[in-house]
Amino acid sequence: MLRRPSPVPFLWLPLALYALWVVYPTLATFALAFSDWDGVSPRWNWVGLENFARLFRDPVFYQALGNNLVWAVVFLLLPTSAGLALAYLLNHPVPGERFLKVSFYLPLVLSPAVVAVVWSWIYHPQQGLINALLAAVLKGLAALGFQVDPEAAYRIGWLGDPRLALAAILGAACWRQVGYVMLLYLAGLKTLDPEVVEAALVDGATGWTLFRRIVFPLLGPITVIVVVVSTVDSLRSFDLVYVMTRGGPFHSSEVLANYMYLSAFHDYRMGYAAAIAVVLFAITFVPIAFFLGRAVKEEG
Amino acid sequence: MKARLSPVVVALLWASALLWIFPLAGALLVSLRTLDDLTLRGFWSWPKEITLANYVRAWAEAGVSRYLLNSFIITLPSLLGILVLSSMAAYALVRFRFRLALPIFLLFLGFNMVPFQMLMLPVFRLANQLGVYDTYLAPILFHTAFQLGFATFVLRNFMRTIPASLFESAVVDGAGEWTIWRRIALPLMLPGLAAIATLEFTWIFNDFLWALVLLSRDELKPITTGLANLRGQYISDWPLIVAGSLLATLPTLLVFFGLQRYFIQGLTLGATKG
Repeated sequence: MLRRPSPVPFLWLPLALYALWVVYPTLATFALAFSDWDGVSPRWNWVGLENFARLFRDPVFYQALGNNLVWAVVFLLLPTSAGLALAYLLNHPVPGERFLKVSFYLPLVLSPAVVAVVWSWIYHPQQGLINALLAAVLKGLAALGFQVDPEAAYRIGWLGDPRLALAAILGAACWRQVGYVMLLYLAGLKTLDPEVVEAALVDGATGWTLFRRIVFPLLGPITVIVVVVSTVDSLRSFDLVYVMTRGGPFHSSEVLANYMYLSAFHDYRMGYAAAIAVVLFAITFVPIAFFLGRAVKEEG
Repeated sequence: MKARLSPVVVALLWASALLWIFPLAGALLVSLRTLDDLTLRGFWSWPKEITLANYVRAWAEAGVSRYLLNSFIITLPSLLGILVLSSMAAYALVRFRFRLALPIFLLFLGFNMVPFQMLMLPVFRLANQLGVYDTYLAPILFHTAFQLGFATFVLRNFMRTIPASLFESAVVDGAGEWTIWRRIALPLMLPGLAAIATLEFTWIFNDFLWALVLLSRDELKPITTGLANLRGQYISDWPLIVAGSLLATLPTLLVFFGLQRYFIQGLTLGATKG
């Protein structure tokens, strides 16, 4: 009389879609990395490790990998500390608290593609915001008697200069990232036990000591998330680079994701692009394994 | 902890906040002036006139209205698919005891963290093989499938907080599984569904890469890739390009300000998602 209920009617469709569009493609990329597929022909040949051998001799690959690492280091230092400081301060009663919070996390709501277009304008040599600002500052200095030419500001090509392009893109990326880190820490601060903090206050801990000895250690789990998210985000950054510079000039702002996209859809070297993806996967595997391991442990 | 901050710190906070919105404020100012006015008199001059002409041109002539419509055509069905399918999967994984429940859960969780580059080329090929490449269906199917991992993960943890006795008493009352899913599980998952809906709306609406990989016809492009297109067309007409960008942010801004609570809740949930 009692029929054992089955999960199959609820599971088959989500599982089938996931297997077709996510699981299978992930595995297929490994196979593609050993092929010479051009993206168009129906057939391809196995080429063994050739894609990887070429990749490890490719100076652009090392340039891109290095830029990804620079991106990760900058992300771990600047938006993380700024976001933490803002969250800690805004957790106090401040006049205009809501306006302050919204100003910092507004950029987060914008699409990276839109951020990229707006910042392309900001960095434009003649019409952009930054050089207009610099020119105004130089004009002020000139008025004070300094020997400076305000027009010089309009000659700085933020995205066109190989020495500046990556830093300029990182500026836009950090502008968007700070609010994210701030939100994560604000959520963490809300879960802190006020009694612990009050006990520390009674013991005479104030200001910097209170933060360093009590609050920051208690925020440990959030810091782990922020570090993992910042690292993984840096390794897959694409939209800003693609829209602002396409990795140029002369690959100076190249990152792995952009190099992979261009190899696949501009040079039609799908096998080579897949090899870049596999290397990227290998690098991000550590944080993924870390989270999966934790999930398995939590399930007991 | 709740001590007052010194006025110097408060002043610094205000200064940084103003610095942070300065790029957007500057963009807004430029979008309200004509290109001639700006080129002739410079950014720091008093505007000769405040005009919405750039917005009108971006909306009608440069195709922003079409691009925005495309964004909705892609985002809304994906969102519906994600909510229905992930709540079904979460229900199955918690309600029924079967040996594969944990492996399937870990499959959803694990592949959801795989970097998108690992999917890009085979997904492009699959879309071609299925004949959906360069149609709305390609990004809709892909977003629905790809976001299932994250949504199922969040909803399953939500489902686990619902006492099993609730479902059992419904069974005793003679309810079938679909009825229990719809009448009991869905209403109880509502806060989770709201957080996921807000977050996924922003993610899919803001997606650039998949639109780039899966769509090539201009009339199908969502606002993200459409904007990049528009920028190529109106090369140095920055007031128009900036006006188009600001229009592009309106839908996500409205969702964000309308559903801020859910958005922030979702972001904290979504921190582990890649």
